[in-house]
Amino acid sequence: MIERDQVLHVAKLARLRLSDDELERMAGELSGILEHVDRIGELDLDDVKPTSHVVELENVLRPDGPRPSWPREAVLEQAPDPADGAFRVPSPQAEA
Amino acid sequence: MGELLELSVAEAAERIAAGELSRDEYFEAWQDAAAGDELNAYLWRAEDGSGDDDGPLAGIPVAVKDLFCTEGVETTAGSRILEGHRPLYTATAVRRLGGAGARMLGKTNMDEFAMGSSNENSAYGPVRNPWDRERVPGGSSGGSAAAVGGGLAPCAIGTDTGGSIRQPAALCGIVGLKPTYGAISRYGMIAFASSLDQCGPLARNVTDAALLLDALQGRDPCDSTSVGIKGGIEAPSREDLKGLRFAAPVELAHDAIEPGVRAVFEATLARIEELGGEVAEAPLPHAEHGISAYYVIAPAEASSNLARYDGVRYGMRSGDGGDLIEMYETTRAEGFGEEVKRRIMLGTYALSSGYYEAYYGRAQKVRTKIAEDFAAAFAEFDFVVTPTSPSVAFRLGEKTDDPLAMYMNDFFTVPMSLAGIPAISIPAGLAEPDGGGPRLPVGFQIAAPAFAEQRLLEAAYALEQGIGFYSKSKGGDDG
Repeated sequence: MIERDQVLHVAKLARLRLSDDELERMAGELSGILEHVDRIGELDLDDVKPTSHVVELENVLRPDGPRPSWPREAVLEQAPDPADGAFRVPSPQAEA
Repeated sequence: MGELLELSVAEAAERIAAGELSRDEYFEAWQDAAAGDELNAYLWRAEDGSGDDDGPLAGIPVAVKDLFCTEGVETTAGSRILEGHRPLYTATAVRRLGGAGARMLGKTNMDEFAMGSSNENSAYGPVRNPWDRERVPGGSSGGSAAAVGGGLAPCAIGTDTGGSIRQPAALCGIVGLKPTYGAISRYGMIAFASSLDQCGPLARNVTDAALLLDALQGRDPCDSTSVGIKGGIEAPSREDLKGLRFAAPVELAHDAIEPGVRAVFEATLARIEELGGEVAEAPLPHAEHGISAYYVIAPAEASSNLARYDGVRYGMRSGDGGDLIEMYETTRAEGFGEEVKRRIMLGTYALSSGYYEAYYGRAQKVRTKIAEDFAAAFAEFDFVVTPTSPSVAFRLGEKTDDPLAMYMNDFFTVPMSLAGIPAISIPAGLAEPDGGGPRLPVGFQIAAPAFAEQRLLEAAYALEQGIGFYSKSKGGDDG
């Protein structure tokens, strides 16, 4: 069972603001899903190698040559708040 | 004009190549059909239809899931957070279709960031099933499947992470193929779970799906996991299933299958035998744990992939009045829908300190066991077969309050995704839903070893001819 405090902690890690309602509901839903997932805890998986990727790949290499990048103006056109040729964001420190 | 829409993609391409059909006339006929979209299948439709009109798909209209970046054309992934986003580049899969002469007919609706099995998670409203508008088309490629099944597009592309091509294809009565992981480039395909995501075709028949796959597959320097399919893909022509062995896994015969779906599945096994194939039960002991492993691995990867939506470089921003963290948290709270938040939370939890080994670590080991099960089955059998989905199309709203019930829709499709192997869903017949009502399409899933797409398509083609579903289906007329 996942407690409300844990949900709040995970939401902080994920940079998600959840309303009180969402916190309550999420605690119940995540608990239900994880209860199902917990069945894999019963399997004997000692000495089993984990699979992170199904395609067996060697490193894929290419010459490290210069290539043109996206024009700055075109990229900034998609930004919510472009300023002085850069992405503007609110200050990382809350104002006193 | 109706006649033009009846042509298969392969037939239309042939007539266009022979100079018997004008590509503009053909494209415009489909534009008119798409304009009559009452299923909410499209998020954007092409006004003019320019394309590099040369190649095997010259003049063929293709509907494109809104998960693929298209230069200058709004690409939302079904999410509010990307509303109005116009990518600077086009996904390789879409470029390859264009290179083969195909023209983009429109961008199709989908579950937000491809997370869902009913298309009810779209920020732009649910898609309706062409067979019954009170029912879901499946997901997450629901718009693509409904467009093809509902006569609004001759063919489409979608993406499949745990069943997102095969399940909606099944529910809409069409063919859907998830190729081997690595067959098609993922460059420009907005990432959900990168070790599982794969592009694939949705079509009205197996031959059309093969034609699209041939154009889509190939190595791409922009996606180091793309390797292509050696020798490409040819039009399938096999007429029987003689000498082929089909495994029906005992572990997947679980009790949640609707009786109607089970009956069609069993009738299809009998059809395989009539065509000369051999059917036997085979063990796939870890497949039933697929859902557990998948709903750890996919959300874990998603929680990392979706960290990029932070209101800084593109997409929407909210909460500018506070500090930086507040802006992040507010943007993501307002930009993401419920299911996306749930999966980000699930994935972040599974990766967090103290839980990583119990969840993510174990899930990756289960993934190994599932891949080993398939390898053992393929040592004796040519194919593994299952129903594509435990039920026919369910009613809108029926499962929205129960995430786990929704996840169980992926029961039969997730194991193949985890193993990275190709699998196709073909329409096998019609069945009454639980609780009664008009009969709805049932999909039959065939899986093959990695990169055995040609053999898979040959068998699916032979079975398709034996079933004769397409010739008797009415598509959108039942709406």
